[in-house]
Amino acid sequence: MSTEQIHEIRLNVNGVDHEAAVPARRLLSDALRHDLGLTGTHVGCEHGVCGACTVLVDGQPTRSCLMFAVSAVGSEITTVEGLARPDGELGPVQQAFRECHGLQCGFCTPGFLTTITAGIAENPDPTEEEARDMVAGNLCRCTGYQNIVKAVCRAAEIAREGGDAL
Amino acid sequence: MKPAPFDYVRPGSLEEALQALAGHPEAKVLAGGQSLVPLLSMRLAAPAVLVDINGLPDLDHVRADADGVRIGALARHAQVLRHPGVAQVQPLVALALANVAHATIRNRGTTVGSLVHADAAAEMPMVLRLLDGSVDVVGPEGRRTIAAPDLYVGPLESSLHHDEIAVEAHFPALAAHTGVAFEEIARRHGDYAMCGVAAVVTVDGDRVVSAKAGYLSVSDIPAVVDLTDALDGKISDASLARAADAALAVLDPETDIHATADYRAHLARVLTARVVTAAYDNAREEKA
Repeated sequence: MSTEQIHEIRLNVNGVDHEAAVPARRLLSDALRHDLGLTGTHVGCEHGVCGACTVLVDGQPTRSCLMFAVSAVGSEITTVEGLARPDGELGPVQQAFRECHGLQCGFCTPGFLTTITAGIAENPDPTEEEARDMVAGNLCRCTGYQNIVKAVCRAAEIAREGGDAL
Repeated sequence: MKPAPFDYVRPGSLEEALQALAGHPEAKVLAGGQSLVPLLSMRLAAPAVLVDINGLPDLDHVRADADGVRIGALARHAQVLRHPGVAQVQPLVALALANVAHATIRNRGTTVGSLVHADAAAEMPMVLRLLDGSVDVVGPEGRRTIAAPDLYVGPLESSLHHDEIAVEAHFPALAAHTGVAFEEIARRHGDYAMCGVAAVVTVDGDRVVSAKAGYLSVSDIPAVVDLTDALDGKISDASLARAADAALAVLDPETDIHATADYRAHLARVLTARVVTAAYDNAREEKA
């Protein structure tokens, strides 16, 4: 126990390389928060059910609590901190959440934002049904889903108008 | 909710991976990790060594041809689902995959990993058994093919040896005059189903020549029941009731926090009728 092996790793997060020294059992979610100080990624259930910790791994929504940091070496990771526009303004999904009141306490929001960012990149004009399906793997316990679903459709609209490369 | 310490190796070749496994009887293979990591975090499992196979080359293939669907150990569920040939060659694989957890889990989880995790509440082990598929494994003695009936030996227990790695799964192609269907019922979208049923029905004209159904979450190991005799060639309320009786005679639903045993049995009965009928209709469309 006392001789737990430490791995020197390099993680590419939001386009920036970060060095960290972690034990193999360090979850990616914990590495992001504790080792890199990127506390935008939230940890809810820690067993893959709630979706709060969802980040993009090579563009694909992935549970960061179901992946070890050592396994993420060589991948490009995007967290909620990486979703703003280059000029620092809110990204399309963030802006849509603000406009549609898609968040209340905000705990689940980072997981929704990353999931929807990838979702509207794949399906730029989702129906309400498709919007619901897109966020079906993310739990929200206070805002409710009505405004989140509206925000999905609005985010897609903003992205289409802006011609954003998401 | 943090895993116990373990040693970690990330081999670059299958040979290295096999050596790592051979050297540690307590080692476990990590592929997608979508079932394994929760088990580690809840400390239901505490292997001494994790052999991360995500760096192995040439294992992420998905092939669909007249022979069936072949899926490499590192192909993610999402990748299999996106492959246009899969739904053509064996539609049941695609139907079932769409019910595996959520899209986010499917992005990382591997189909072969799910098969050898051997969870009787999971979709793909049941579908492999129902379709008489197989899994190829590689170990110190070389490569061998394990037929689905021999793969599942107990709850969450496959017949793989500790020093073997599953490298490929094979789902046979849909036979002629045959239809398939799948349906499951869960408390919430993407949750483990309280009960799920898949059916494969072969027809000659309007007559049922053979019918089999697979069941998830109502037995210890993925269950398949031959319903041919119970149906006696036709689809009717009476024959479907006999088919459900035949299935329930084999199944062993249990009570947990999600559903009582009685409710699961009820679901198995309702879904048997619904899914067998859908597969029958599908078979007749295939013919037309």
